[in-house]
Amino acid sequence: MTVTIPDTAADMDTAQSGQTEVARLSLAKAINAGLREAMTRHPKAVIMGEDVGQLGGVFRVTDGLLDSFGPERVIDTPLAEAGIVGTAIGLAMRGYLPICEIQFDGFVYPALDQIVSQLAKLHSRSGGRLTLPVVIRVPYGGGIGAVEHHSESPEALFAHTPGLRVVTPSTPQDGYWMIQQAVEATDPILFLEPKARYWDSADVRLGDRDAALPLGKAAVVAPGRDITLVAYGPSVRVGLEAAELARGEGVSVEVIDLRSVSPIDFDAIEESVRRTGRLVVVHEAPVFFGAGAEIAARISQRCFYNLEAPVLRVGGFHMPYPPARREADYLPDVDRVIGALAQALSY
Amino acid sequence: MVDMGGSQPVGTAGAVDLPETALQFLSPDGQVRSAGPYSPYVESLTTDDLRSLYRDMVLTRKFDAEATALQRQGELGLWVPSIGQEAAQVGSAHGLKPQDFAFPGYRDHGVLASRGVDLVQTFAHTRGVDHGGWDPREHNCHLYTLVVGAQTLHATGYAIGIVKDHACATGDPTKDEAVIVYFGDGATSEGDLNEALVFAGVNQAPLVFFCQNNQYAISEPTSRQSRVPLFHRGAGFGIPGVQVDGNDVLACYAVTAAALDAARAGMGPTFIEAFTYRLGAHTTSDDPTRYRDSHDAESWKALDPIARLRLYLTLSDHADQNFFDEVDVEGAALAARAREAVRKLEAPPLDSFFDLAYNEPHPLVAEEHAEWTAFETARLELMGAGR
Repeated sequence: MTVTIPDTAADMDTAQSGQTEVARLSLAKAINAGLREAMTRHPKAVIMGEDVGQLGGVFRVTDGLLDSFGPERVIDTPLAEAGIVGTAIGLAMRGYLPICEIQFDGFVYPALDQIVSQLAKLHSRSGGRLTLPVVIRVPYGGGIGAVEHHSESPEALFAHTPGLRVVTPSTPQDGYWMIQQAVEATDPILFLEPKARYWDSADVRLGDRDAALPLGKAAVVAPGRDITLVAYGPSVRVGLEAAELARGEGVSVEVIDLRSVSPIDFDAIEESVRRTGRLVVVHEAPVFFGAGAEIAARISQRCFYNLEAPVLRVGGFHMPYPPARREADYLPDVDRVIGALAQALSY
Repeated sequence: MVDMGGSQPVGTAGAVDLPETALQFLSPDGQVRSAGPYSPYVESLTTDDLRSLYRDMVLTRKFDAEATALQRQGELGLWVPSIGQEAAQVGSAHGLKPQDFAFPGYRDHGVLASRGVDLVQTFAHTRGVDHGGWDPREHNCHLYTLVVGAQTLHATGYAIGIVKDHACATGDPTKDEAVIVYFGDGATSEGDLNEALVFAGVNQAPLVFFCQNNQYAISEPTSRQSRVPLFHRGAGFGIPGVQVDGNDVLACYAVTAAALDAARAGMGPTFIEAFTYRLGAHTTSDDPTRYRDSHDAESWKALDPIARLRLYLTLSDHADQNFFDEVDVEGAALAARAREAVRKLEAPPLDSFFDLAYNEPHPLVAEEHAEWTAFETARLELMGAGR
């Protein structure tokens, strides 16, 4: 197996030429590599956000892109989230493919009107005459010991908004492909990056576009027979660890990485639950009105006669995200997931 | 051509104190006087130009009156009257070239008329059959935006795109592009506008911020929005500001045309405050007698933008009664067409709104659409069976 680390533009040349290479990359570097591909392939793509240029982003996800593509295409914007998204709308109307970065989850709310009332609706209210191919990248989720407003999971807000798509990669491989697919999609997309996974590394196949799963499709990341566990973003690793522990106890857990929260690939979940009869959903966002509630409702409807137990959810509580030294109690960890698996199996 | 030989202003009826800073060419008594560096823009106006300004203002007012009546008759769910603001809207929009792009607010019927948008298309929105109504690309005129000030950022982004495309400051004024965005006094308090001023300023975007200060944001007077004249707002962002008599169509044209020329030439944004007055209600749901003195409106009627231009056209022999009659006939025909057209406007079936939620297929939407279609089919069959 060939291993290359494409830290520089030169290393990426082989990937751009369509050859498949395998590189060991962190999620942050994989998204960076995907952005580089997208920027190379689409001259109208522009990256815009706070500190994305000279600094390379506070998580270095846009590191090196200013040098490669110049300040015309990698833009350090003023410190104004509504301004970033609002001007991205105008740029999209002008034919650009804006890739916005909101620096942290908790800072996306100043842009909420522009996202929810403007960006999400313009395609519909223009009778389909306007398309808004805007990507909004947001590092989200907790677990890194951050101060307040830096650990939240706002995906349900956006999934609840018709007109928006919401996707979240959990692995470097998905980060690499999904950001490119998001840039090429013609609907507005919230691209949620699990910041706690930015430093997780894995082998990434570069250049082989046909190997990429379509955006919006879930993936079975660990096959199993006894119970289905659905997770996305930062919770996928937790789910896999819980499945590994359960295997030691003789329980076979099928883990599905949702990858997309709008749309949700209910077909994939249904197919699994029809076999296992049990479902646990895990996410960091508060359980109340969260993605898990929607999955529970729909799967209960679709798989009513297959279910051996109620659909259970593990996630955040109905409280403001707690201070860093208490977040371990708040976040769904392996123990809580194991507890939910055991409860679902007890029926 | 416009002759600047007007006499000194005579006293006008009413007690409106136009700020001394407000630039004026055409006084309420129909006289045109020079107003400094902007004079060439007025002097170069031909008879056809002047008539076109008059025509667009009259058509806008006729249409607006008809629409207000149609709302009262129940044909429209709401109407947002533009009466009194025709000079600000038409004058400024006549400074645009075809390649420029306009981002209106929601009261800017005169802008639409000047851009060539069929005003009847605005009914789609207020009758409740569609949230848009026209093709923004056909006339380079965006849809109305109801969230106050939100469109200022869209205009700024579009203008930044012009800079990126090297489509301004090319040295060829016939190709250079610029943008104008319309908003009211209330919008100056919104964060979006202030962020737009920041982005436009630092990017030197080819953009004109055109503020129609019609004195009230629904019930709140401008004094509730600002301690300083609104045209001072741009200064802190490095954007020059100009205040203009918003009921003087020539001044609105000249100042906006100059600002657009500067924008196209790469000299960055300008903030224009058109000092005007909303003669009507905020919307047909509003009752201005609760917050405005009725004498106010009477005083402002003496400054009517249409009467003022008509007086000038007559005094200067740019037009005669025949022309005014022709425009009135055209206005009556537009109103008649509006009456006829509005009743034919029907909402498309819900299917199209399922289809429009996303540009690309979305499984949830497809699933709900199928469920709804099945339900509707069953309901129609049941209704048929019950007959």
